[in-house]
Amino acid sequence: MMIEMQDVYKTYPNGVVALNGINVRIKQGEFVYVVGPSGAGKSTFIKMMYREEKPTSGKIIVNGVNLAKIKDSKVPLLRRNIGVVFQDFKLLPKLNVYENVAFALEVIEESPKAIRKKVMEVLDLVGLKHKVRSYPNELSGGEQQRVSIARSIVNSPKIVIADEPTGNLDPETSWGIVELFEKINDRGTTIVMATHNKEIVNATRRRVIAIENGKIVRDEAKGEYGYDASYV
Amino acid sequence: MTLHTFKRHVRESMKSLGRNGWMTFASASAVTVTLLLVGVFFVVMFNINHFAQKVENDVEIRVHIELTADNQQKNALRRQIEAIPNVKEVRYSSKDEELKRLIKSMGEEGSSFRLFEQDNPLSDVYVVKAARPQDTVKIAKQIETLPFVHKVNYGQGTVEKLFDALKVARNVGLVLILGLLFTAMFLISNTIKITIFARRREIEIMRLVGATNGFIRWPFFLEGLWLGMLGALFPIAALSIVYYNVYQVYEQWVSLPFFELLPFSPFMWQLSGLLLVIGAGIGIWGSVMSVRKFLKV
Repeated sequence: MMIEMQDVYKTYPNGVVALNGINVRIKQGEFVYVVGPSGAGKSTFIKMMYREEKPTSGKIIVNGVNLAKIKDSKVPLLRRNIGVVFQDFKLLPKLNVYENVAFALEVIEESPKAIRKKVMEVLDLVGLKHKVRSYPNELSGGEQQRVSIARSIVNSPKIVIADEPTGNLDPETSWGIVELFEKINDRGTTIVMATHNKEIVNATRRRVIAIENGKIVRDEAKGEYGYDASYV
Repeated sequence: MTLHTFKRHVRESMKSLGRNGWMTFASASAVTVTLLLVGVFFVVMFNINHFAQKVENDVEIRVHIELTADNQQKNALRRQIEAIPNVKEVRYSSKDEELKRLIKSMGEEGSSFRLFEQDNPLSDVYVVKAARPQDTVKIAKQIETLPFVHKVNYGQGTVEKLFDALKVARNVGLVLILGLLFTAMFLISNTIKITIFARRREIEIMRLVGATNGFIRWPFFLEGLWLGMLGALFPIAALSIVYYNVYQVYEQWVSLPFFELLPFSPFMWQLSGLLLVIGAGIGIWGSVMSVRKFLKV
């Protein structure tokens, strides 16, 4: 059991209720889509898993640790076991592809030799070995997202969390990114991905968790997107 | 922290100076301007202080001994004076010595006092020095109450005024320097805050990939250090050159007997070190303070 939430509630200081009693279990190696209308609590749900947000009440157990209880000083250690990918890539514009990926390993004080080896391996995996010296602004959106995925998996985390990773990409590029996530998932890494992409969800037939008004309204093993494209 | 991590921090902090070119320039300039002002102030202050110390050290108490006192009583008096707290030194000067001193100090006209060599009307004197010149008046008052003391002379009135004036000068200087330093810190922390604000994305990503707060802080700490030292270079060079020339000219052409400038070496080396340390200090302080608010979880 890798991720488990028990009766998780979250009310923001401004009074907005983002999560209203969430109970869920995600096993090691699963590939899960999180869907739902904008503002339904998807992002909060995702942020709970890498402790960007703390629950108001309830338990969140990741890797056997209750995130609701851990001290702020332990958060960096938790983050080293979780890769996070965002819609806006979050790359550092003044670092090249290699440096952006190596960043995640420097932070955990890997040796320079190990860094070189791991970074090249992971850039090979995402198909960007030939762009090692390029800067983010010289890359397409899809390539930038591949760099950001490379950074998220370079220290071999057990879980990768993605918050609308294809949100800024055209359909064809999006497919490339999803295929990359499937490849990572094949290696045994849990993938939790919030998305608005109907085609991809319907075509890949993975577990789908739908969130509306801060509650899980649907949790199907080989689910469909279930909303009109107009939600996008 | 491993050695290669430390090297990484040093490398990153250096690179970041280059990447944030204009901000580096702005922050270092803020340090430069302030240290230039602070430096000029230090030069003036230290020289005034040097002058003051010299003047203060010249202050002494002359204790005139009663003519009737015999040797035993004189020795008793000496022991009593020495027993007063903060008395540094008691020196005996016989009436003959006193007369010679008087004649000498009168110059040409002094010779007319030679008549008194047969029948010296002066008294023997103890010359007393205080450990701290500021205690002179207090000690003098105490000596006045002792037996066989005829008269106590320490430049009454003048000494008090002198000490008051020096005290005011020192305090005013201290307040001005502290004020300048405070302004500098404010200026620099603001400049660095802007550079760090532009880099909050970097900090955000560092935290996302699991960097500890300490790890994030290090490069900024070092960057502040470089900025401060970089900013100190120009004031140090400028002040050294100017002071060197002023000192040469003063010694050669002006050179008043009662006022001497502190010699270039070691004074200027000490001042340079001081400015470097102050620069580094405000640089580090500014960057560490500014990065702090981005590290809250």
